[in-house]
Amino acid sequence: MTPSGAEFVRQIKGQIEEVDPAQVHDVLWDENVVLVDVRESDEVAAGKLPGAVHVPRGFLESRIDGAVGDRSKRVVLYCASGNRSALAARTLKEDLGYDNVESMTGGYTLWKDRGYEVDVPRTLSAEQRERYSRHILINEVGLEGQIKLIDSKVLLIGAGALGSPNALYLAAAGIGTIGIVDDDVVDLSNLQRQVAHGTSTIGTPKVESAAKRINDLNPDVTVVQHQQRLDADSVLELFKGYDVIVDGTDNFPTRYLINDAAVRLNKPVVSAAILGFEAQLSVFDTSHPDGPCYRCLFPVPPPAELAPSCGANGVLGVLPGTAGLLQATEVIKLIIGVGDSLRGRLLMYDALAAEFNEVKVRKDPECPVCSRDRDSISDDEMGVFPDYEAFCAAAG
Amino acid sequence: MATIRIPPVLRPSVGGERQVTADGADVGEVLKALVASHEELGTQLFGADGELNRFVNVYLNDEDVRVLDGLDTKVGDADTLQILPAMAGGAA
Repeated sequence: MTPSGAEFVRQIKGQIEEVDPAQVHDVLWDENVVLVDVRESDEVAAGKLPGAVHVPRGFLESRIDGAVGDRSKRVVLYCASGNRSALAARTLKEDLGYDNVESMTGGYTLWKDRGYEVDVPRTLSAEQRERYSRHILINEVGLEGQIKLIDSKVLLIGAGALGSPNALYLAAAGIGTIGIVDDDVVDLSNLQRQVAHGTSTIGTPKVESAAKRINDLNPDVTVVQHQQRLDADSVLELFKGYDVIVDGTDNFPTRYLINDAAVRLNKPVVSAAILGFEAQLSVFDTSHPDGPCYRCLFPVPPPAELAPSCGANGVLGVLPGTAGLLQATEVIKLIIGVGDSLRGRLLMYDALAAEFNEVKVRKDPECPVCSRDRDSISDDEMGVFPDYEAFCAAAG
Repeated sequence: MATIRIPPVLRPSVGGERQVTADGADVGEVLKALVASHEELGTQLFGADGELNRFVNVYLNDEDVRVLDGLDTKVGDADTLQILPAMAGGAA
């Protein structure tokens, strides 16, 4: 005769190891023990054990490897009362070869009744869950990563060719605050590549035009409009409010200014430059001990005849789209903390050849800026380089 | 013959080519051979002191020659030199 459901669970409990919440409490935060919450998402939203990873029982077999890669690790499973976790423990032990699996008796209910600490996770609204569902489904992002994106603040320097794709996709990704620095107005000749703007916003400030488009795409995003040129007097105060700086500017003095201020504040800069059919891209993050800065790569800018700005020289309209989205990708990786960033590498894209190449960018131990004590970098030297006066005079 | 990748801003000086080849046992020799056939590149690559201009980076394959042996870095036939001046375009 087949057993009843309750009898079956009792039989299973006889075949697996069980552990009392008191013993689990003793190993809370022990890095050799992985706590796995096998309940459903709506149950976890009300609270879970601190440090526990969430793998719903329905996804146990497909997701446990992502949560616990090492099958010899001690794994403690829990659910609401200890039944589902017992069944899950048997699966891990019998079917998936986990050596050291236990189910916590009494589950989350008993844990809470004993007065042990719980984490009440940040949750998203039903609308946010829907909007970001394709992010939440990726292990590397998940709910946790999406919350990091929502809590983050990104500053775009320039709302033009590179700023446009960044603005749109970062907004779509749910970046909580997007600051935009630009003093220009939308011109008809911008629209071949600056897709954050439109025919209906010609003549309006770019920050305003981009804000309008961003909020149509995602009303959750707070857009801070900085309708100004970046200058040495305000740059530090401005950068302090943001986590990541996106450099898509068209001139060297601004690039050096961005670099020097970011180095002083140890903020990461995701940098791209475009010309014709080619793009250069890198991440300058001096908060990392081996992270080079822009001056490690290019201590001085080329003379004006070798440094045309793309506005005057032309650029394939889709190229800043490609380069800007590579930037946006790096921004998102930095915020979520996944993958290998472009820190220490310069990526070059040649659209005509359909080729990507990269070279190493080394931290310069004698870098005029990032090798120094941050406090010794004065306001007066920020954004300045040898021959600065002559350079700016030649550039007009 | 080493391969030299030419960045867009310098292509007018080499007849529009994206990459060219030049002979030489080290980076200095290869670049000098390049300049010999494309004179305009001379002032763009080298300063009056004969050293590489500081605004131009040269990479042997993917490594900056300045962290190798500079212009004395040995170059093989299968190697690629990448010349890389900074670019700033983006917002306009």
